[in-house]
Amino acid sequence: MSWITKTLSSSIGKKLIMGITGLFLCSFLIVHCGLNALIFANDHGELFNAGAEFMAHNIFIRTMEIVLFLGILLHIYQALMLTLQNKKARPVGYAVTNGNANSKWYSRSMGLLGTLLLIFLIIHLRHFWFVSRLTDEITSGQETLFGEMKEVFESPLWVVLYVLGNVSLAYHLMHGFQSGFQTLGLNHRKYTPIIQSIGFGFSIVIPFVFALMPLAIFFKFIQ
Amino acid sequence: MSKLDSKIPEGPIDQKWTKYRSTIPLVNPANKRSLEVIVVGSGLAGSSAAATLAEMGYQVKVFCFQDSPRRAHSIAAQGGINAAKNYQNDGDSTYRLFYDTIKGGDYRAREANVHRLAEVSANIIDQCVAQGVPFAREYGGVLRNRSFGGTQVQRTFYAAGQTGQQLLLGAYSALERQIGLGKVEMYSRHEMLDTVTIDGKCRGIIARNLITGKLERYFGHAVLLCTGGYGNVFYLSTNAMGSNVTAAWKAHKKGAFFANPCYTQIHPTCIPVSGDHQSKLTLMSESLRNDGRIWVPKKKDDPRAANDIPEDERDYYLERRYPAFGNLVPRDVASRAAKERCDAGYGVGASKQAVYLDFKSNLINKYGRREATKKGIENPSLETLIALGKEVVKEEYGNLFDMYKQITGEDPYEVPMRIYPAVHYTMGGLWVDYNLMTTVPGLYALGEANFSDHGANRLGASALMQGLADGYFVIPYTIGVYLSNEIRTKSIPTDHEAFVQAEKNVKETLDKFLSIKGTKSVDHFHKRLGKIMWEKCGMARTKEGLESAIKEIQALKAEFWKDVRVPGSNEEFNPELEKAGRVADFIELGELMCIDALNRNESCGGHFREEYQEEGGEAKRDDENYKYVAAWEYKGDSAFELHKEELVYENIKIAQRSYK
Amino acid sequence: MNLTLKVWRQKNGNAKGELKTYPVKDISPDMSFLEMFDVLNEELITKGDEPVAFDHDCREGICGMCSMYINGRPHGPLQGVTTCQLHMRSFKDGDTIVVEPWRAAAFPVIKDLTVDRTAFDRIIASGGYVSVNTGNAKDANNILIGKEEADEAFSAAACIGCGACVAACKNASAMLFVSAKVSQLALLPQGQVEAKTRVEKMVAQMDAEGFGSCTNTGACHAECPKEISLEHIARLNREYLGAKLSSNNVSI
Repeated sequence: MSWITKTLSSSIGKKLIMGITGLFLCSFLIVHCGLNALIFANDHGELFNAGAEFMAHNIFIRTMEIVLFLGILLHIYQALMLTLQNKKARPVGYAVTNGNANSKWYSRSMGLLGTLLLIFLIIHLRHFWFVSRLTDEITSGQETLFGEMKEVFESPLWVVLYVLGNVSLAYHLMHGFQSGFQTLGLNHRKYTPIIQSIGFGFSIVIPFVFALMPLAIFFKFIQ
Repeated sequence: MSKLDSKIPEGPIDQKWTKYRSTIPLVNPANKRSLEVIVVGSGLAGSSAAATLAEMGYQVKVFCFQDSPRRAHSIAAQGGINAAKNYQNDGDSTYRLFYDTIKGGDYRAREANVHRLAEVSANIIDQCVAQGVPFAREYGGVLRNRSFGGTQVQRTFYAAGQTGQQLLLGAYSALERQIGLGKVEMYSRHEMLDTVTIDGKCRGIIARNLITGKLERYFGHAVLLCTGGYGNVFYLSTNAMGSNVTAAWKAHKKGAFFANPCYTQIHPTCIPVSGDHQSKLTLMSESLRNDGRIWVPKKKDDPRAANDIPEDERDYYLERRYPAFGNLVPRDVASRAAKERCDAGYGVGASKQAVYLDFKSNLINKYGRREATKKGIENPSLETLIALGKEVVKEEYGNLFDMYKQITGEDPYEVPMRIYPAVHYTMGGLWVDYNLMTTVPGLYALGEANFSDHGANRLGASALMQGLADGYFVIPYTIGVYLSNEIRTKSIPTDHEAFVQAEKNVKETLDKFLSIKGTKSVDHFHKRLGKIMWEKCGMARTKEGLESAIKEIQALKAEFWKDVRVPGSNEEFNPELEKAGRVADFIELGELMCIDALNRNESCGGHFREEYQEEGGEAKRDDENYKYVAAWEYKGDSAFELHKEELVYENIKIAQRSYK
Repeated sequence: MNLTLKVWRQKNGNAKGELKTYPVKDISPDMSFLEMFDVLNEELITKGDEPVAFDHDCREGICGMCSMYINGRPHGPLQGVTTCQLHMRSFKDGDTIVVEPWRAAAFPVIKDLTVDRTAFDRIIASGGYVSVNTGNAKDANNILIGKEEADEAFSAAACIGCGACVAACKNASAMLFVSAKVSQLALLPQGQVEAKTRVEKMVAQMDAEGFGSCTNTGACHAECPKEISLEHIARLNREYLGAKLSSNNVSI
């Protein structure tokens, strides 16, 4: 093995990949959330549709989209590898555990939260990305992404699911955001409290805004 | 003629060691590679010796009974390590450390050894700092010192209340480095159960693999016993549960003389016994006497709580009796003074077997005021002073205060600590010459396991110094005297008759333990032995007491071998079997301690015979008749022969020890 | 107090183990947890049963040998305290206490509550030292170290190597232990010379021993009897990544 593969396959190297991909996905969330928030202009989706149109045709964005998918896949793959390896590190479990005494439940449940997110993501992609990228419904002009949103979020089932998906996201971020910095070794008495506050804010605000969209549409606050 | 040749080099005291070191025969690097050294014990002495010998090129094997060499009980030493660095510019020097140690030992230690110890003390600090030991430092980056008992200079280096831990981890990392380099083979969870002698020389050991129970034979051109002291003969002591005399005792039975076994150090500041269930005693570092004041109420059986007793009704008896040294008198003096007060009816706490160690006044007046001045707070309130003082005390001794609270359930920041003397260290041990070799050629004893440097009483912060001096800076040179003559000795195969026989004897003893199938546990006997020892061979001893103790111990021994119950088998991990062997040896040692104490018709240092005391209760030495090291030769069951090594004082004038 | 103990019993490393129930009576609140086990063992021996094997030595919280997983937590319910310093006043009359050994692939059970922690020694042997032979040192005060750095290094060096961090971690990761040593030496000038190789080798050895990886739950710090800080883990990560990018070692 070369030094590079050795580094990346070491326990810290694997975590490094998790941290970097995780923080990268956080940056995507900002863009995604920012763009989607255009629906709150409440202009029958005009601004939002223009944004979506831009995203669909900008070459840089399209390239980043590939990187994004690779990032997600890598994040998932590495998580699986780590989980398997970590399971192997304790072949015989405890009869009694009291994890709440020493750590937050969501920090111990990143695998579970991640799996929930993955299920949500697949549904979400099927709802919007599939339609906008793999069919010509939108490019042909017969349908807009905003219209698609309104259609999906008519169903209370999907609305509930999206809200729950974002609750998972919130908890996943609450641990993941600051954990990413710790893994990268970015810990400092002055800055870590700031990072932690930002991380906390981030993991509340982003999922909250996301969750607001299906609710707003379902309750017809947005037309 | 005495059989004992201490091999002290000629010349003036301050040149003996340097000159000798430069003339010791050397072993060339190629020959070192074919010489094998066995080190038993992995504390400060063992780890430092093993690492250094391996660095020099010898092939080394290290044995310890714990799961890792880092667990050795040196790790529990709290307060600090002495060194004559004179960093505080308070007039310290090699000579002063030498003098303080001889005087502290009540003029019962060898001058040449102690001077050598004082000489190398400075090198130890250098070596440890180079290894990355995080000693306490001043803001400017230089090393910090604190005071310890029996001295009037500040020469004690420390790392909070965990100095032993930090020094041991330094030596342990040096040892692990050599293990990693393949130059040391480490055998943890192995207990040495006998030495092997071939043609009058020690040539190896029999060790039991504690996990499988298998007996294993190991050859070495030389064997180093670094196995610590025997304080656990008292059952309750500040030693670790596993600390034992077995290695030293087996060596003793194979011909190594045991010197001054009756010199036991009772440490004045330990947490008092709270009930019958107690398995060990916990020390509160001597460094606490820097800042704590010891007192008892002036009124007998005073029922009031400590904080309710006004200042003028408190008897700061150490400051009263010893104004020059005050609370920092040596341990033996402080312990006896505490016992005297408690026996006279002034003791405190439920058992009345305790005195107060109080931090309040220094916390407020010394630290609180200093911090207030530093911060420019004018007319600070009492609460402010206490809060400020607490911060300082916390930094210096925080872990000790936490430990006290954990054990007693009381907060020593608020109420004074209750303390009482407890067995802590043993100055006696295997007799060794200037080269640290016992009376068996090729068999060495280092650290607390030997008797050499502390006389009848050890000064605080000197045990760490001695362990590391022996391991880092003495044995690596002096072992050359012996090994330079062994370069032609090939490794002796362990199917040699002597190995076979030694293993057979060990096996028989183990089988015997298991076959008794009596009714009482090993601990039962250990506790009874401890009680006899503490009552009759403890802080105060009498002729009658010792005579009856010897009889009681002999009876206990007979009962042990008839009625002990050791469960399980030999071929498995069996802690009870390990304990049985250790307690059997403690019983035999206990008898010898009483014999030695009975022989020594004087009081000196940690050995106090009630018949021999001055008017005010101070120890009364008899230099005319007892200025010697009592080295005992094993002559069979309960039979020991005394050999005397006269102590010669050429550089220090013997005087009555005074700390007044 | 009267208590019910459920204790893991396992004859040896190869045997199957199980939790066994033992009632203990008349326990004094002033007893330490291990003294309560002494009482149990005394009883078992007199009854002709095998006593429970457990590791312990100094019983003052510094040797790091004691290692019990008590009611789902290493070293029991208190923070900053080893098993040997835990006293029975922390429990109530009638309590049921479940006691298990440390669980990790790298810490195989030897017997009952005793496990093999030599993996830690091998990690230290792989690089947890300053390569300085005896006799090479210059005067101690020639190396000036600021009080803050010295204190910080000391706070890492306070690790007692008990393995509670591994036992507490849901991944059985040894990062806190390794980081304490790496951090101590990285903070001191003496450790600089071989800092890069040290961290690379120690992490490689940690992985080879089969410990899991760190997911930053912080359980190790919360359960550490010496309260070693998570900052040291961050420093380890930093040191490791920095060393990997800049050292000349291509084969570690």
